[in-house]
Amino acid sequence: MTVDVDPRVALPADAKLRLVDCDIHPIVRSTADLRPYLDPCWHDYFDQFGNFLVSPYTEAHPYPKPTPALSRLDTWPPSGGPPGSDLDFMRAQHLDPHDIELGVLQVLWPTAARQRNIGYAAALCRAVNDWQAEEWLAREPRLRGSIMVSQEDAGSAAAEIARCARRGGYAQVMVMPRNLEPMGRRRYWPIFQAAQEHDITLGCHVGGLNGYAVTGGAGHCSFYAEEKDSNGFAMEAMLTSMIFEGVFEAFPRLRMVAIEAGLGWVPALGWRLDDLWQRFRAELPAVKRPPSETLRERLWYTTQPADEPEDPQHLRDLFDWIGWDRVCFASDYPHWDSDDPRHALPVQMSQAERRAIFRDNAMAVYRLG
Amino acid sequence: MARHVVLRAAELPEGESRIVTVRGREIAVFNLGGEFFALVNRCPHEGAPLGLGLRIGLSESERPGCYTHSRPGELLRCPWHGWEFDIRTGQSWCEPSRLKAKAYAAARESGEALVKGPYVAESVPVAVEEEYVVVEV
Repeated sequence: MTVDVDPRVALPADAKLRLVDCDIHPIVRSTADLRPYLDPCWHDYFDQFGNFLVSPYTEAHPYPKPTPALSRLDTWPPSGGPPGSDLDFMRAQHLDPHDIELGVLQVLWPTAARQRNIGYAAALCRAVNDWQAEEWLAREPRLRGSIMVSQEDAGSAAAEIARCARRGGYAQVMVMPRNLEPMGRRRYWPIFQAAQEHDITLGCHVGGLNGYAVTGGAGHCSFYAEEKDSNGFAMEAMLTSMIFEGVFEAFPRLRMVAIEAGLGWVPALGWRLDDLWQRFRAELPAVKRPPSETLRERLWYTTQPADEPEDPQHLRDLFDWIGWDRVCFASDYPHWDSDDPRHALPVQMSQAERRAIFRDNAMAVYRLG
Repeated sequence: MARHVVLRAAELPEGESRIVTVRGREIAVFNLGGEFFALVNRCPHEGAPLGLGLRIGLSESERPGCYTHSRPGELLRCPWHGWEFDIRTGQSWCEPSRLKAKAYAAARESGEALVKGPYVAESVPVAVEEEYVVVEV
């Protein structure tokens, strides 16, 4: 393949690359914004009890965060409210200047998916999904939603996937790696079944709090820098569980995107899992294919936070190993570690390669075309 | 290269910064204990507006358990990814040889000295009795 185009060189207007951004975070101005979307049966609960999560903290994060609202300091909207709460400001600061053709919303707060009260969890997920549809999707045709589901109550999650699929406008079912059990366990399978049945991609955004240490059993860590680094191996643990439990054999049309977990670990995970699979077939008879093939053919991976090897050419090696058709650009706007599409991957790419990573791969996995 | 009058000195109190545009270039001007410094308003990492960054000090540790803090307000933390730059030089603290924000010479000048020229004051009218911040671009 020819490699001759510097990504920083502007393309002629007619060949200009429009972008698909797989990770944009909208947020409510306050949780009161959701009340009108909440089933009235739950208004008293909303007023009297509010958030009560599976993890110990409700209004705070158990690990320190480096910036207010975890966001870039320049993303606080002049209208007030937290970063990501003002669509007009998001248009002016992000969607318009970067010429974003389509953006996938990932709602992190409030954590409807992780309410301890599962009846309320289901109702709050519905409210969040309707809030997305009314406040964002109906007002901005460039945006697509994520179906928030109560992960620990897979039956209600499946019903919500069906409801949102009928409504339309959602690019993915959003899940997170840290659950009460590893994500491949059977209790979560109705989520995969519904995603496959409705032909909606499963998007796994890093995070989730389940009350356990993020270090994967090594105890609670001291620093934000440690917690952030745990995102990669939490995603690895989740994918390992899903692959070894046979999820991808059971749901042969399930597509999945690993969001915000980095890229460097992907090839190494394939090598190691293949090795284990070859040696312990008696333990894993449901797994029919080498895990690396599943990682190569059923998964997509978003770029942000972009790996920054000392030699940028190593990014090309990484894309070669993972597959140029598997890597999708994501900004993570407005969070502090968001990536600017003009500068985040400072490596030479052909126009075809750039088009794949910045647009076409996401269009394919999310069926946006 | 010309000397541009960008602000009245009184408009930029100690510890504050201001983004100005000179010859189409955005420049962040800082008042550091009465001295003025200027950096391009563009992070060399991914292009963030440096002038909106946080002014911090230098936290160091000779060994675990032994901590020092010095030079309060003399480092600038990028508003996006937190890269730290020395306001006096534009050098990145972690990778000084690789990442540097372009620094411009900045100074305080009296209106009396300025009216003798040469200087450029496109948008700041100069009066003899005032003091000004001048950036060389």
